[in-house]
Amino acid sequence: MLTDIERHELEDALKHYPDKRAGAIDALLIVQRRRGWISDDSLLDIAQFLGMTGDDVDSIATFYNLIFRKPVGRHVAFLCDSISCWIMGYEQVRAQIKKHYDIDLGQTTRDGRLTCLPIACLGHCERAPAMMIDQDVYGNVTPEKVETIVEKYK
Amino acid sequence: MERPLTRYIHPDGSPRLLREYVKDGGYRSLHGLAAGMGPKDLQRLVGESGLRGRGGGGFPTGNKWSFVPMGPDASKPKYIVANADEMEPGTFKDRILMEGDPHGLVEGMLMAGYALDAEVGYIFLRGEYHRSAQRLTQAIAEAYAEGYLGKPLPGTTFRFDLHLHASAGRYICGEETALLNALEGKRAIPRAKPPYPQTAGLWGQPTIVQNVETLYNLPHIVNHGSAWYHNLSRSNDGGTKIYGISGRVTHPGWWELPLGTTARELLEQHAGGMFHGVSFRGLLPGGASTAFLTEEHLDLPMDFSSIPPQVGRLGTGTMIVLDDQTCPVGFVLNLEKFFARESCGWCTPCREGLPWVARILESFEEGRATDDDLALLDMHAELLGPGHTFCALAPGAMAPLQSALKYFRDDFVRHISMGRCPWSNKPAQLRVLV
Repeated sequence: MLTDIERHELEDALKHYPDKRAGAIDALLIVQRRRGWISDDSLLDIAQFLGMTGDDVDSIATFYNLIFRKPVGRHVAFLCDSISCWIMGYEQVRAQIKKHYDIDLGQTTRDGRLTCLPIACLGHCERAPAMMIDQDVYGNVTPEKVETIVEKYK
Repeated sequence: MERPLTRYIHPDGSPRLLREYVKDGGYRSLHGLAAGMGPKDLQRLVGESGLRGRGGGGFPTGNKWSFVPMGPDASKPKYIVANADEMEPGTFKDRILMEGDPHGLVEGMLMAGYALDAEVGYIFLRGEYHRSAQRLTQAIAEAYAEGYLGKPLPGTTFRFDLHLHASAGRYICGEETALLNALEGKRAIPRAKPPYPQTAGLWGQPTIVQNVETLYNLPHIVNHGSAWYHNLSRSNDGGTKIYGISGRVTHPGWWELPLGTTARELLEQHAGGMFHGVSFRGLLPGGASTAFLTEEHLDLPMDFSSIPPQVGRLGTGTMIVLDDQTCPVGFVLNLEKFFARESCGWCTPCREGLPWVARILESFEEGRATDDDLALLDMHAELLGPGHTFCALAPGAMAPLQSALKYFRDDFVRHISMGRCPWSNKPAQLRVLV
């Protein structure tokens, strides 16, 4: 079941479209915002609300990389691995996260605190390498700064 | 030097909200409309201004608009979509505009809507641009409260509604027809063209998809006229351009400059040249899907008409610099991994070919490549090029590869002869023959 708040937010989003199905991506993002990820149950809740089949919604959910069909940590660190960040040392940042938190791309710390994921160019190329934790972007990241940044996210 | 787009943007990155925007002349273009400028007048003005699409394609905006059905028989509603899915590696210009001056996009979309008699607009924003989302949401709310949106504009019968759609990732959403599918809540797979979006786009209705920076230019063209706008540039294409540079340069950043500024000026005067101790080898002029330019091209004006097609294209105008301490094969490998991951998987050459290219490049970096692999790369650069795939993603991916094979061929060959990457400290691998 969608919660009242989810339902309310979704109805608000649907006002912008002439067709209910168009709200599928908004719906996935709205539900994920509170539940952290999209479980099979969440998927079916959304499908029912939008008058779609579960498979239909799943084909959309699995296409977009910001929609998680597996549980993630309480916080997600997105490491930009595109060209400018690669030139400026993204791999050292990734290595530092691996060393300090024992997670590589696609993994979550054992305490469920942090998931590390690769991301396409974050559009902060003038401050490369960049990473985004949840909704906050950090530029000019060095291996030395990684711990200070990550420690803000408990 | 005039910087119409970014003149007032705060250097500290804080947003300009309604009161400040209006104080500095924002929404003044509405007076032009109230004074009797009709949709056709605006279309003509934009055509004369020489404005070309800033998303990378460089298509003349006036021409693009001319295909939209007008008049009482035109199918309604018509849509204006701002392509704010800025994901081209190395590109960050639209973010600067949306974060710094969110009302500029609202005003630009109002102008496009008025010119094409389109009553609904969507801003298709990439999901990662949270700060832009927050500021655009605020700007849209302010514009509604002020009556710029949702009510007939003063002196006209035209009324415009504008919505923000935050996306959920994937580079392919930037392709205009894939974007329309994404906006309709579907998988972002490009559509067959024709029909073109101008006649059958969003939900089958006439639609114009326009890059953010392009839209920001419109109010200034309305306010100052096409001749003024055209004269801002140093070339045949009108206006200014937000250029950017990233990589190992002294001052990576962005600058709004006359269109037609040369790559050398950008690199040496604005970016302060290369880092101490590294030297220049080449640059991608406008994102990952443009071909390399080298020393011999640095004096070319960076615009849409001065770079010969056989050399390359401007793309987004945000440059990525390759230096001599960075392996060109590794550079291209990074790009091809990106394209392989971001392929939507719809057409076979792209879905299968790009990972293959990435694996071959990996074999160069790991010292396993042979002369046959070099030939395979040449073959792919040809077969994944224009005309062989459903959309422009794979041909875009081949532009840096093909040009790297031309300008940096010796480096590819050295990977084969040394049995390792010359830029890596790792020892050569033993070649096991099976």
